[in-house]
Amino acid sequence: MTVILNQSFTGISIGAVLLLIALGLTLTFGQMGVINMAHGEFIMTGAYTTYVLQKSISSAGISLLVALPVAFVVAGLMGALLEWLLIRRLYTRPLDTLLVTWGVSLMLQQLARDIFGAPNVQTHAPDLLTGNISVGGGITLANSRLFILGLALLSVLALTLILRTTPLGRRIRAVVQNRDLAEVSGIATGQVDRITFFIGSGLAGVAGVALTLVGPIGPTMGTNYIVDAFLVVVVGGIGQLKGSVITAFALGVLQSVLEYSTTVSVAKVMVLVAIVAFLQWRPQGLYTLRTRSLA
Amino acid sequence: MTTTTTAAAPTQPVSLLERFRVPGGFALGAVLLLGIAPLALSDFRLSLLAKYLCYAIVAVGVSLAWGRGGLLVLGQGVFFGLGGYAMAMHLKLADAAAAPGAGPGALPDFMQLYGTGGALPWWWKPFANPGFALAATVLLPMAVAAILGFFIFRRRVKGAYFAILSQAMAAALSIWLVGQQATTGGTNGLTDMQGFFGYSLDDPVNQKMVYFIIAVVLLLLMALARQLFVSRYGELLIAVRDSEERVRFLGYDPANVKLVAYVVAAGMAGLAGALFVPAVGIISPALIGIVPSIGFVIGAAVGGRASLVGAVLGAVAVAWAQSTLSDAFPAAWTYFQGLLFIVAVGFLPGGLASLVTVIRNRRTPTTRSGETA
Repeated sequence: MTVILNQSFTGISIGAVLLLIALGLTLTFGQMGVINMAHGEFIMTGAYTTYVLQKSISSAGISLLVALPVAFVVAGLMGALLEWLLIRRLYTRPLDTLLVTWGVSLMLQQLARDIFGAPNVQTHAPDLLTGNISVGGGITLANSRLFILGLALLSVLALTLILRTTPLGRRIRAVVQNRDLAEVSGIATGQVDRITFFIGSGLAGVAGVALTLVGPIGPTMGTNYIVDAFLVVVVGGIGQLKGSVITAFALGVLQSVLEYSTTVSVAKVMVLVAIVAFLQWRPQGLYTLRTRSLA
Repeated sequence: MTTTTTAAAPTQPVSLLERFRVPGGFALGAVLLLGIAPLALSDFRLSLLAKYLCYAIVAVGVSLAWGRGGLLVLGQGVFFGLGGYAMAMHLKLADAAAAPGAGPGALPDFMQLYGTGGALPWWWKPFANPGFALAATVLLPMAVAAILGFFIFRRRVKGAYFAILSQAMAAALSIWLVGQQATTGGTNGLTDMQGFFGYSLDDPVNQKMVYFIIAVVLLLLMALARQLFVSRYGELLIAVRDSEERVRFLGYDPANVKLVAYVVAAGMAGLAGALFVPAVGIISPALIGIVPSIGFVIGAAVGGRASLVGAVLGAVAVAWAQSTLSDAFPAAWTYFQGLLFIVAVGFLPGGLASLVTVIRNRRTPTTRSGETA
């Protein structure tokens, strides 16, 4: 029983990381149908931002708190720049965007290698986040994992509020639902696209800050997560947050339970088989926007 | 999805030059690959060319599935790997059986190292048979592609979803291979092959033989792909790429059309992987994961995804550039590779093969408006 509970907590914390990464993807993928492979490098940007800030701010706790908004803005600006330079020119060709942004991701990885060196770097977690909380019954929860879980849920909440209540959110939803109609209604879709990209990429930056607590920071750290995050979006369905939330946690728990009963590598294969099987049942993902278009 | 690349229509007015263009080009390619290259290149360069030609064989399949069928196959590494491992497993078993003092059923060297309890895993056993192994290099990838493709295309999973699923497959297979250290060689992969169906791979003459096999296979597969392109099936495939719904309304099942292209491309990748093993002497997870799988696509994209010759030349050129530049300037190469993706895919979707048409259209936009770039 204890083992099961501990494993599910591990799964939930894996899910929280996936969720943080996939949130931004849901936005950008849902918005323009664009696959941004450089999303992983925005995660890396967030992580390196934390690293740089910690060099100038000695207190680990403060630097982490400062890193969250700074990483959001830095990664967000990079995303907006990418959208403005490349993606908006390609948005009728989503598959080509995938390959083009892969090229961008290669270049950003090399840039990180040139600036920070190829070996991984480490940051110090604040003391508050290094320990464990014992809940009783032999169940321990790592503080850093709890922090990531909280951060993920907070991000979901903030994003939901923005999308539901603000004029910007209304415009974003309008563009996601029907770009042409939104445009003739006077929404500057190009501007909305850029802001969406800013938010989506910024969230990747925040995810990067969180990842410094659980793993090393390196030029290829984004690639390790990006495919899983895309799978979350594919299974969750595009354009809706709740699909991503459910899927991220479900995949996280599935992965950790399978890892426990088999091995890491077998678990990966089994998760993939499960996803293909799931898509037999719901080829458009868990939640989809109802449209009249032929999909 | 509408695509800006269209293949040259097969029913153009046929001039004399046009009629001999394809067989002439084919003959030229055969003379270059089989006659001039072995004479002009040193043994070392020829073995490098053999490696590039393996990538070109994959590109033939990519050109079929992606260029003509619009299926962005980001998981060709899976099929390349299946073919490669099938071949490598046989070669390892043959080496072990041929070793002094060992008989049939002897363990390959790396298994003795990691220890599998002294017994050969059951799924290794059939690969001791050369006929089975050879058939498996092509049929195994095709079977896997057929099963996956059937389930994926049947439910109309397409576009980006398909691309991501195929990419996840490449990731899963390479992670799985790394995890099974004792039976697959793990990260190191299968390496250090001595013989190739009774011929020693150390002998330069036999290396040359491997090159000739690869070149002939490439030419044959190009001829096969060309026949597919100009057949009615080829036209149907382009129709599915450009307007899947219309094809469905006409009474065809696009799922089957795509499945055939996907399976054939997988078979070609498997064959390429199988030939890669004797030519290069290694197959490992690093050669078939996400990054190399995208690499298989980029060559075709640079040369021209819908043009068979373009895709093949592109694959050879990119592989050549990679091995020439990446040793000397590793950092510069990565930037260059990134730029290649951006420029070739983003701004020249027809690849270098379309460059002539693009420039011609710029100059005289009215006269050639029938041909899109």
